[in-house]
Amino acid sequence: MRADLDIIQDWIPAGSRVLDLGCGNGELLAWLRDNKSVSGYGLEIDPGNIAECVRKGVNVIEQDLDKGLGNFASNSFDVVVMTQSLQAMHYPDKVLEEMLRVGKTCIITFPNFGHWRCRWYLASKGRMPVSDFLPYTWYNTPNIHFCTFEDFEALCHKLQVRVQDRLAVDREHRHSLGSRLWPNLLGEIGIYRVCGPSVADALIAV
Amino acid sequence: MSSVFPDDSVGLVSPQVMTFSEPLALACGRDLNGYQLVYETYGELNAARSNAVLICHALSGHHHAAGYHSDSERKPGWWDSCIGPGKAIDTRKFFVVSLNNLGGCNGSTGPGSINPASGRPYGADFPVVTVEDWVNSQARLADALGIAQWAAVVGGSLGGMQAMQWAISYPQRIRHCLAIASAPKLSAQNIAFNEVSRQAILSDPQFHGGHFQEQGVIPKRGLMLARMVGHITYLSDDAMGEKFGRELKTDKLNYDFHSVEFQVESYLRYQGEEFSGRFDANTYLLMTKALDYFDPAAAHGGDLARTLAKVEADFCVMSFTTDWRFSPARSREIVEALIAAKKNVSYLEIDAPQGHDAFLMPIPRYLQAFDGYMNRILV
Repeated sequence: MRADLDIIQDWIPAGSRVLDLGCGNGELLAWLRDNKSVSGYGLEIDPGNIAECVRKGVNVIEQDLDKGLGNFASNSFDVVVMTQSLQAMHYPDKVLEEMLRVGKTCIITFPNFGHWRCRWYLASKGRMPVSDFLPYTWYNTPNIHFCTFEDFEALCHKLQVRVQDRLAVDREHRHSLGSRLWPNLLGEIGIYRVCGPSVADALIAV
Repeated sequence: MSSVFPDDSVGLVSPQVMTFSEPLALACGRDLNGYQLVYETYGELNAARSNAVLICHALSGHHHAAGYHSDSERKPGWWDSCIGPGKAIDTRKFFVVSLNNLGGCNGSTGPGSINPASGRPYGADFPVVTVEDWVNSQARLADALGIAQWAAVVGGSLGGMQAMQWAISYPQRIRHCLAIASAPKLSAQNIAFNEVSRQAILSDPQFHGGHFQEQGVIPKRGLMLARMVGHITYLSDDAMGEKFGRELKTDKLNYDFHSVEFQVESYLRYQGEEFSGRFDANTYLLMTKALDYFDPAAAHGGDLARTLAKVEADFCVMSFTTDWRFSPARSREIVEALIAAKKNVSYLEIDAPQGHDAFLMPIPRYLQAFDGYMNRILV
């Protein structure tokens, strides 16, 4: 299984209901179904990926995430997952709010634009970073809303989203002492588990 | 011996007839006392009887879904693109049953059959049948064939409604439901089109209150108009534009009302003409009523999710982007209700220019997904 998915599956309780946004070829849902009796749906727009999900027997719904999750009831899933797609959303903030409405907890992974390599590329060349990991140029990239860990956490703060777990890993999804100490500089991929403000917390905030 | 048929064809097939003597209680309150269903089968039923697939036909369809009736038959069955060895519904794996529905005009008991009570053709006296009635009659056919549970029930358009109704009426008897280019109920616009079709038939002087058969005539003009209206709704604006544009059949405009000038007029007239020669006007009326009446959620105050609460089948729902007869939004209503009811469902919205008719076309992405879904069904 893809390394980030292997980390994520550990955060998903057995028997839970999962909604996987941008589920790709259905690898995570198929594994969770076979190993943790997890049920749920994947949303995807790529025809090749959808065909692969269908072949695997994974419930896949062809749906554009940018159009929201209006067809899913509030609190209808235990976990809503989105891996490596947040930066490709037209309205990442709205998507995050929708995820928190539909799911009790959300797991989100995204590339960290604050990683030292990106900073170095931009500082030394004066051009938008292009790498093996992020191979697109600025005009043809699907990644239209890059952010850093700091940016993401600022958004969480603004939306009163609680960060329950955070893991900063490199592109091979290893986490080192460095990425633990300076995640925004040394972490390439962020794996976050977040939830909405609980009722009690909301009262305290008032 | 080499076959005259393509390798991926089920080849030569012949229809069979099953006769039922026990009365069938219909939604309209009447009983149908004795009836027959004509059907075809492709492939072999396995020892466990777990590989049977039911094909449900749409408005003008029938039992001849795949293969050829004779060496000289020009065109194979209506869904031959999807049924056969190596095709989406692989006849090396599945035992496929395809029937002509009650009220039809291709061999099953319908308005053209002799009414045993009067000794004359039923005509307009044939009871109005519903999708539910059809599914009940299909369940009896399944009993007679020794099929306790379908591996899948598959249908497009009105056929998809029957597949859905199977999952609702007989949750234990269907493992997979494939509803393609379908809808959970008709919209006012859909019903309006059907009503225009019906009025075209009903107002034809040759209709004779539905007893035209005894008069030795057919309401050809009405049936032709009904088909022409229907055909417009099966194609997308783009597909019609692509096919005909404003092409003329004549060299110049004639400035009259009786010449066939535009290619699209010629095409519609041809379709109507051809259809009126092979289809029964009373059957057409019945089929459009079955469509109009279909609304399984009505029993639960319009709540489709509640209607689907007892469903056990996994669903595959597919729609086509340019289908405006049963648009993707209608399929999404089915999907949303299934999700709300926590049922297994996959949904595909296939990019296709052909409109409603796309479900009959060999569109690569459609066939790939169809094949992928059928392939993973355990038998």
